[in-house]
Amino acid sequence: MAVETRAALDARKLRADFPILQQEINGKPLAYLDSAATAQKPRQVLDAMTHFYETSHANVHRGVYTLAERATEAFEGAREKVARFVNAPSSRELIFTRNATEGLNLVAYGYGLASLGPEDLVVVTELEHHSNFVPWQYVAKRTGAGFRMISLTDTGELDLDSLDAIAAEGQVKVVAANLVSNALGTVNPVERLAAWAHEQGAAMVVDAAQAVPHRAVDVQALGCDFLAFSAHKMCGPSGAGAVWGRRELLERMEPFNLGGHMIRKVQFEETTWGDLPHKFEAGTSPIAEAVGFGAAVDYLLEVGLEAIEQYEHDLVAYALERMAAVPGIQMYGPPPERRAGIAAFNMDGIHPHDVAQVLDWEGVAIRAGHHCCQPLMTRLGVAATNRASFYLYTLPDEIDRLTDGLLRARKVFG
Amino acid sequence: MEDLYREVILDHYKNPRGHGVIEDADASAEGMNPLCGDEVAIYVSFEDDGETIEEAKFSGRGCAISQASTSMLMEMVQGRTASEVSELSKDELLEEIGIPLTPIRLKCALLGLGVLKVALHRTKGTPLPAEWAGLDEEFKVS
Repeated sequence: MAVETRAALDARKLRADFPILQQEINGKPLAYLDSAATAQKPRQVLDAMTHFYETSHANVHRGVYTLAERATEAFEGAREKVARFVNAPSSRELIFTRNATEGLNLVAYGYGLASLGPEDLVVVTELEHHSNFVPWQYVAKRTGAGFRMISLTDTGELDLDSLDAIAAEGQVKVVAANLVSNALGTVNPVERLAAWAHEQGAAMVVDAAQAVPHRAVDVQALGCDFLAFSAHKMCGPSGAGAVWGRRELLERMEPFNLGGHMIRKVQFEETTWGDLPHKFEAGTSPIAEAVGFGAAVDYLLEVGLEAIEQYEHDLVAYALERMAAVPGIQMYGPPPERRAGIAAFNMDGIHPHDVAQVLDWEGVAIRAGHHCCQPLMTRLGVAATNRASFYLYTLPDEIDRLTDGLLRARKVFG
Repeated sequence: MEDLYREVILDHYKNPRGHGVIEDADASAEGMNPLCGDEVAIYVSFEDDGETIEEAKFSGRGCAISQASTSMLMEMVQGRTASEVSELSKDELLEEIGIPLTPIRLKCALLGLGVLKVALHRTKGTPLPAEWAGLDEEFKVS
């Protein structure tokens, strides 16, 4: 508990908003250090969804009755909030999805499949989550396009020196990168990548699932063309996500899912598509989840994105310092000033599963595995890593308990 | 709780029996636990009767549970025939491991058994229960 935080954020006070954190696991207070996998939910979000179900639930965009109008207003109000949250020029460019993965698939299928050919290149990074890697690998195979990967430096950062060599190999049409790495916490220079992509005449696709919950994200300032994220990683419910796209690109694209709601006119001979964003929202949307998504945005704005970013920076700096003192620990990733609130590591001679198991005895929940980043694991030369990830409700003494747990694991395994 | 890593598990983890590769093995297969990326390869050589397992070895990387259970398995199957091993039940191995496992850790504990059954299935045509068919497919694809 030696950490001094400069941020205007009182995690102890905020924790009172999170009912799930008020419990013991194996006789110890729960220390939830897996927010990069999914964040816990404050009562404000849970209440907003319950309230919606209890007072306003109906299907949206259809009925003319009062309740349906109320539901539509809540749903579209949430869209406005989420769109403003990432500074989208228009909420019509903000498409609700199930999660970031679905948003990235929407772009890969809707944009990639139609615009790529054998002369073209798709460029991803060695740091990608499978959700922004596999769809592009697949679409490249389907279209005959080349598939390239921006490699990493030893600190787990993108090696931008490799860009020229990639550009010399073909016509770059898509550049796909995450803004913050889920596995290492690396904050990637997406503005620079977007500028480079545009110099090549390519579209810049950003997986912002690990960024939007933790720092102010502005799609216009980033200069990207598409940006996807999930509600569940930002204190909202699972089952809702969003992808923002530049209007001229979205308008040119074919729909991803077909069916109800996304149409203008259906006849036996032909169907025409509805306007944005509805063209991409076939079927009944996750309505209450969208409302919860909007409530999560309200919650984060109330806490303040800058305060969250600063607080997590202080936490991760503290964690890296404390953990470095554990015997036989190998830390991965960049220094604190270039990373988000994620600490990735391995313990010599102890498999991550076993580390996580021992920590669970202490009530400390961390992630062990490949983190859906197998190309990165290959680069690191390991099958799996441990990952502790922090959020606005993480306490410095939970990091102390993490460190103590690692010492216990060392004792068990020798 | 620390029963999970009772002495015998840690002993097998730190000093695995049958760890290594059999060059020119009579049967072999490799498999992966997609949940965690752990990999195990298993090699088998038969005695002159072509049925009795003379030696079984494994290589790969994994957690204490997967490494210890595979190590125990290598000891268990030595001297048994391919068809006996193809019928070896999960419970028999789990009894040997002797600790209660959560569903996730069960996958760790049983990976080696699945890969061994795949290896025997390929070489000897022994039956492969449906639950291990995925391991076989995965190998063919890669």
